[in-house]
Amino acid sequence: MTGAVCIAILVAAGAAMPGVINRVRAWLAGRRGVAFFQHLYNLRAMLRKGVVTGHTATLIFRAAPSVYLAAVLTSLLFIPVGGLRPLLSFSGDVVLFAYLLALSRIALILAALDTGSSFEGMGASREALYGAMVEPALFIVAGTVALVSGYTSFASIFPALAARGLTVEMAIVLLLLVYVMVKVVTVECGRIPVDDPRTHLELTMIHEVMVLDYSGVDLAMITAAGWLKMAVLSAVAGNIAAAVTGGGAVAVVLWILLIAAAIATVESFVARNKLSRNTTYILTIVAIAFVLFLVAFLLESDITVT
Amino acid sequence: MKWLTTYNRGGSVALEEIPVAEYGEFYTSLCDRLADPACHIADYFAVKESEGLRFFCLLMDDKAGTVDLASFRYGYYDDRALESVTAVRPEAHPFERAVTEQTGVRFRGNPWAKPLRYPSDGRRGRPSIDRHPFYTIAGDALHEVNVGPIHAGIIEPGAFRFICNGEKVLHLEISLGYQHRGIERLITTSGNRLRQTVLAESIAGDTAVGHSTACVTVIEKLAAPGLPAGLSARLAAERAVAIELERIAMHIADTGALCMDIGYQLGQVACEALRTIVINTTLAWCGNRFGKGLVRPFGTRYPITPEVADRIRANLAGVVRRYREVREDLKSAPSVLARFEDCGIVSAGQLARIGAVGMAARAGGLKRDVRFSHPYGPWTDTLGGVAEFRTQGDVMARLMLRGREIFASAGYVTALLDVLDDGKLCRAEPVYDVPLRPLSLAYSLTEGWRGEICHTAVTDRAGALAAYKVKDPSVHNWLALALAMRGEGISDFPINNKSFNLSYCGHDL
Repeated sequence: MTGAVCIAILVAAGAAMPGVINRVRAWLAGRRGVAFFQHLYNLRAMLRKGVVTGHTATLIFRAAPSVYLAAVLTSLLFIPVGGLRPLLSFSGDVVLFAYLLALSRIALILAALDTGSSFEGMGASREALYGAMVEPALFIVAGTVALVSGYTSFASIFPALAARGLTVEMAIVLLLLVYVMVKVVTVECGRIPVDDPRTHLELTMIHEVMVLDYSGVDLAMITAAGWLKMAVLSAVAGNIAAAVTGGGAVAVVLWILLIAAAIATVESFVARNKLSRNTTYILTIVAIAFVLFLVAFLLESDITVT
Repeated sequence: MKWLTTYNRGGSVALEEIPVAEYGEFYTSLCDRLADPACHIADYFAVKESEGLRFFCLLMDDKAGTVDLASFRYGYYDDRALESVTAVRPEAHPFERAVTEQTGVRFRGNPWAKPLRYPSDGRRGRPSIDRHPFYTIAGDALHEVNVGPIHAGIIEPGAFRFICNGEKVLHLEISLGYQHRGIERLITTSGNRLRQTVLAESIAGDTAVGHSTACVTVIEKLAAPGLPAGLSARLAAERAVAIELERIAMHIADTGALCMDIGYQLGQVACEALRTIVINTTLAWCGNRFGKGLVRPFGTRYPITPEVADRIRANLAGVVRRYREVREDLKSAPSVLARFEDCGIVSAGQLARIGAVGMAARAGGLKRDVRFSHPYGPWTDTLGGVAEFRTQGDVMARLMLRGREIFASAGYVTALLDVLDDGKLCRAEPVYDVPLRPLSLAYSLTEGWRGEICHTAVTDRAGALAAYKVKDPSVHNWLALALAMRGEGISDFPINNKSFNLSYCGHDL
């Protein structure tokens, strides 16, 4: 039962986050902006359209959207919301979670290469590089919370974190892990400053260029999967934050919305990186995550410096 | 060799006054003079005569403030080889290529005489501009990326072929001509003066005032009874207000577009709003946001009334104040500086070698501004001022130069409005049927927002147009974009392209 509630909350978060981002961006730009549910209307329009595929595209291209969406949906089954247990959990599901996200990425990369377009090839190469670089950050964050809580399953990690009394130092470490996770969201979901989801310039795109050839239902699946991916990763961050602040499921939802607002604020006031600087940006995220892991390890080991 | 020295303020020149040289002599003299960075070709073209072609060359000398004219003849049955100036001075390339594609006259030693606007396989049965033989480099590590001619977003068609090593661009070839509408021929063959000015407004939609000013000036210079001096000064001042408003509007629009391309929402939305205020000011003045219908020969239908002047003053003051804030913000935002600084550098030497003009040249330290080197209208005796310039030659320099020019132009507009505010109104209606002087040549150099616009008209024995030549600054500057991209990341192409913002249809005519 709680598993179904978790899924419902995460899907709702996935549907709400783009709306929050659009509204906050419009507000900060002094514009009226689009309706809160505009992205869902667009999704409905895509679902009603037929699919056009290129002559060079093979089965890989047709299968990729389903694999992408399925992988993201499966990863969603492992994420608890506050005290609510997820549908699936086992020891070490953290690793499965990370590789489900990697699988979704690989499906899109292969599909982009399958089209034979030079743009999409460039996009695939960029996505592969950044995906591979940011993966350690995700693992180090998961490893740190596993170390602090003593469990390796999301379903047990977050309740254990909330249950144990956190020292101020450990609370700070966990909040900084939330910060790292938000940065991971910007990389994984192609937000500014790593990628610009709104740009029309093929040469500068990363994620968007890989899906240029998709239309109709296929594009709808990819778009929806993208939102869910953002919600799932934000939920991991939200769960860590809620473990510090308390408040259970409600706090997690609030944290997810807050993360959406933070993403929108960054997008309003910061220009995106030069593409060659993205690697530095991502390495910095990994470095911060690693430092946090070391600090958590030292705190756990009760080493005092005299 | 003798060149005929003329000035931008002067009137028309009789064709017989223009010295006719032997090509060898002309070639040596032109190559010598182009060695001086103060000199560049304003236009160089061939006109059909009864026994063959007569080539005219307009050479600008920025230091002396002159435009020197020379010509040579080439008969239909001539088989002399013409040595290519491009081989020595690359800046001649668009002119020699245009001559070759329009007349079939080839220049010996031209490094690459590919057509400027026509299909490369024009001599085959069904020519197509899509079969352009792009430059290639062999190598396993290299890949080619083709962008266009149809682009995302609302821009004009042009094909860009990149040869890349990973993300790094080794070479960019730009292939244009998709917008070729035969403007020069339409203007030449139309006897209708109103139609000619309307056509000139459509040469490049974002430079409507610039091109129509150049066209109308040429017609007024060629007209047998010229303009009375008082009217001439007044009209020139009103046209200058319009062209400076166009400059301000386009520079603000480009600032916004540059911000959009780096995903910097703050700068983008601010500039979009400001640009609308400026073009709506033009709308309130003449009924068209781009100033179409504003510039007409021998008069104007939209004189600057005190109300119009007040509106321009008030709107401009607000726009300048707010643009200053945007500019300060851009200069202090690290994420913006990281994108624009040191990106797409074109050195002053390169700019001089390819004959770059206008804003793009001034951003790299090459001070080419017709308003100050070859003054016309209210420049520089009424207004004074000097050419704004930067020396870095990168995207940031081109952006910062735009800001400086906006402030300078706002100053000129205010000064002009003060001069015009003498209680009188320009009551001259446009005249479209003044006869033109036979067998004459007239040119006009106008500094549009991109750079120098050169229109040249040659009349025949009957006083009808024998040739009408248009040169948009983009013709010179497209090569600068290709040079800017060398060694840059391919993902920085959009901001480089936007920083030049060259015209496709102005180039293609």
